[in-house]
Amino acid sequence: MRTDRDLPPRPLGEGRGEGFRERQSPSGIGARLKRREDPRLLSGRGTYVDDIRLPDMLYLKVLRSPYAHARIARIDTSQAQSLPGVVTVLTGREARPLTPPLPVAAVIPDLKVPEHYALPIEKVCYAGEAVAAVVASDSYIAADALACIEVEYEPLPAIVDLEQALQPQAPLVHEEFGTNVAYRFQLGEVDDTFGGADVVVRQRMENQRLIPNSMEPRGIVAYYREALREATRSEPMRVLSGVEGASSPAEPMARGPASLVIWLSTQGPHLVRTQLASMLNIPEHQIQVIAPEVGGAFGAKLNIYGEELLAIVLARQLGRPIKWIEERSEHMAATSHGRGQVAYLEAGVKRDGTITALRLRIIADMGAYHHVLTPVAPFQTATLITGCYTIPALAVEITGVFTSKTPTDPYRGYGRAEAAYYIERAMDLVARELEMDPVAVRRRNFIRPEQFPYMNPFGHTYDSGDYERSLSRALEMLDYDRVRREQARLRQGGRYIGIGLSTYVWRAGFPSVSIPPGMQFLLGGWESATIQIAPTGAVTVRTGTSPHGQGLETTMAQIVSDCLGVPIDDIRVVHGDTEAVPYGMGTMGSRSLCNGGSAVLLAAEQLKEKAIRMAAHVFQAAREEIVYQSGRMFSKSFPERVITIQEVTRLAYHGADLPAGIAAGMEASAIFDPANFTSPFGTHICVVEVDIDTGDVKIVRYIAVDDCGRVVNPMIVEGQIQGGVAQGVGQALLEGAVYGDDGQLLTGSFLTYAMPTSTELPLLEMDRTETPTPVNPLGAKGVGEAGAIGAPPAVVNAVVDALSPFGITHLDMPLWPEKVWRAIQQARGHRQ
Amino acid sequence: MVGIVLRVNGIERRAEVQPRLLLVHFLREHLGLTGTHVGCDSSQCGACTVILDGKAVKSCTVLAVQADGTDVLTIEGLASGGRLHPLQEGFWAEHGLQCGFCTPGMIMAAYQLLQRNPNPNERDIREAIRGNLCRCTGYQRIITAIQYAARAMGEMDANR
Repeated sequence: MRTDRDLPPRPLGEGRGEGFRERQSPSGIGARLKRREDPRLLSGRGTYVDDIRLPDMLYLKVLRSPYAHARIARIDTSQAQSLPGVVTVLTGREARPLTPPLPVAAVIPDLKVPEHYALPIEKVCYAGEAVAAVVASDSYIAADALACIEVEYEPLPAIVDLEQALQPQAPLVHEEFGTNVAYRFQLGEVDDTFGGADVVVRQRMENQRLIPNSMEPRGIVAYYREALREATRSEPMRVLSGVEGASSPAEPMARGPASLVIWLSTQGPHLVRTQLASMLNIPEHQIQVIAPEVGGAFGAKLNIYGEELLAIVLARQLGRPIKWIEERSEHMAATSHGRGQVAYLEAGVKRDGTITALRLRIIADMGAYHHVLTPVAPFQTATLITGCYTIPALAVEITGVFTSKTPTDPYRGYGRAEAAYYIERAMDLVARELEMDPVAVRRRNFIRPEQFPYMNPFGHTYDSGDYERSLSRALEMLDYDRVRREQARLRQGGRYIGIGLSTYVWRAGFPSVSIPPGMQFLLGGWESATIQIAPTGAVTVRTGTSPHGQGLETTMAQIVSDCLGVPIDDIRVVHGDTEAVPYGMGTMGSRSLCNGGSAVLLAAEQLKEKAIRMAAHVFQAAREEIVYQSGRMFSKSFPERVITIQEVTRLAYHGADLPAGIAAGMEASAIFDPANFTSPFGTHICVVEVDIDTGDVKIVRYIAVDDCGRVVNPMIVEGQIQGGVAQGVGQALLEGAVYGDDGQLLTGSFLTYAMPTSTELPLLEMDRTETPTPVNPLGAKGVGEAGAIGAPPAVVNAVVDALSPFGITHLDMPLWPEKVWRAIQQARGHRQ
Repeated sequence: MVGIVLRVNGIERRAEVQPRLLLVHFLREHLGLTGTHVGCDSSQCGACTVILDGKAVKSCTVLAVQADGTDVLTIEGLASGGRLHPLQEGFWAEHGLQCGFCTPGMIMAAYQLLQRNPNPNERDIREAIRGNLCRCTGYQRIITAIQYAARAMGEMDANR
């Protein structure tokens, strides 16, 4: 694939790599403030998990199965055990008493949950599943020891293809279930008239498996302070249903620091802590989970994985700190994958382009086991399958399927990227069928601004939106009509240009309530914040979110600076340590700013109110008399007398002269729980040129007009969209976890898994509309996943549009040159 | 064990190392210079890029013993006199990083580019950092960050 730089863009329009037009303000909401986390990261002083070294630390490595499906006949660890420097070698049998089953949080009726342990005893169910563990004094020795472990496997047939897995004679991943079906779920009904449709458009579509590939692999350092054992609890404290505690003895209640300290590359330290407490029978207050710098996650670092659990239980058993760091090939094979769906879509439509009904059958790849949220993704897809359109009748059938592959779990756009892809492809299919312009079909079906809040037939409510506005702006930026004319002209000359639209919508910031079936999570969607102003005026913001590249140390500080009018340099944002921040859900599902940022805003407003009441007390004035301006307060009747928030803070700490009902100190905590999801949206337009002799797809222009509600830092929002689009373009054109029929992962390293490089991505032309959400006080909708959701249909629609002269109506991602070339060859063959 | 002597960020370092020890592990584990990261095991990602005798190398594919007698520059040695290097300034000003994991290697690759070509165009930059993967940014702002640094270094030279 080439990019726009290879081609003079003149015939198709100018304008490359432009950012948002912006509003100016020094450091508050809306400011393009440089990130406060950057100096340490830029100078090599960030501390990621692998940078942590503790005295006496040991190193864990695991041996992985080369087979996708096999019985473990025998494991001989004796040679490995005898290597100098090896402390212990563990097989599934030896690990079983120490390691409880790995957690599943999904609540779905009649869900089949296979036994899933850190190390299996009887058989392996995917290539890359860990079968033995080594702990040694350094990582090189641990690697030597792995090479000395002998495992005898009895290979079994693997099942890779999702639809073949549903056939009666298919090999079973878990024989005990007698089927590869993990669950079935039906939402809604649509009869064969499709609500009086004139035409029914049908298409099978794949949403291929992707490997998250955060640049920092997973990793953990676990440290257990055995010396602190004291009293014991007889009954474990549990929160997680369905997770049985380990058979290890009940844990002591100790004084002093927490017994178990882990540094984990994770998105949700508190979620990890709660689950570990339930799993290991350790009182939750004895566990400290720290997310240090986390080098990207994209949904794959929510789960507690087997290797991480092994590190923890072995640190406890051996009484020494243990580090485990994932290698990239392990990440490819054993970190959760994303997507993995096949969908059959049927759209009933009137001749004028009005969609009357939609039927969708989703077959979703669980992989070999469930991770924490594995079965949930298709429910997200189902509830958002209406996209930004008023579709009166809906039916979705979901089948979750086990295969002999790595388990799936959230990945940027989780469930919603699939929905946007299906419905946005459907819009183009309808346009093609009815010989309408894809823009016109979309406009015909848009939910109109006056219809918000709009509830779709599955009960999902869209908070706010103006789809026509972002579409019009994107068309204007492209100069759509002119580019369509150019497309026709260039086609005469044998050049194949395609224009692809994606008027996408998704949802972010999940709430505790109004969560549809299948989405009940183990804990709620609320988020926490605590803000303290110290006697010296230094402000510390503690958030329950756990950023890992999103720049929340900057945006949260901007919110506080904006609200309280204190200098940005006086504000520090603390996150990612269960001993340092209030209980929170962490960073996932684009929730951190809309939910976490709103909690920060509420806490800041409490402090502002306290400062105003303090000022009223000092000025002997009524509360309503006090004006708060940029951290300074005065009474309307004596505006010449001014007191600052720093001054009232000192008075509040002194505590001797406080107004009635006001406590000493200057600290406020808030929990924010939205009443509903937000619905961020936008229009992406991709223009491609396809080389029909090679199948090579070149992105000529990429326009992104996104609406994520109120923007706190436009620079960070742009970065989120650019990065998301990179992943979306990656899915459309380059990426895919490919398995051989024997269950071998054929894309197991960066040599074979095509991550987009600097030469393969376009420069985005960006703008935004701003439709605030009514569901949170900040008005922010969330943006982290927007690009990954908006981009795939835009790119695929563009390629299919380019190939329309060949009669090609659909191609499945990734659009590798070979696939495109073959489709062209086949189409030409048919025509001849 | 083999004795090696090398200069790292201008400081002479002597050590006894295993012949199989990788340079990246020597830097990280022996010298505590953990700014150089390991992001893959196939020499594809470039997170471990350092400058060795003026050339950008992936330190996961260099043995520590091969670095004997060389001069190594890592991200920790880039700032001088308490001031960030123009590349570091550029990445900061242009939002050229998000999670920061690929950043040290990306900056060292860009450092080599600007040593060889002080006025790179967009294509030159894209080619120069092709061996360095970033999952967060889509490279757009890394490109503008390097352009920023090239401008800043040009101005510094002009003022010299």
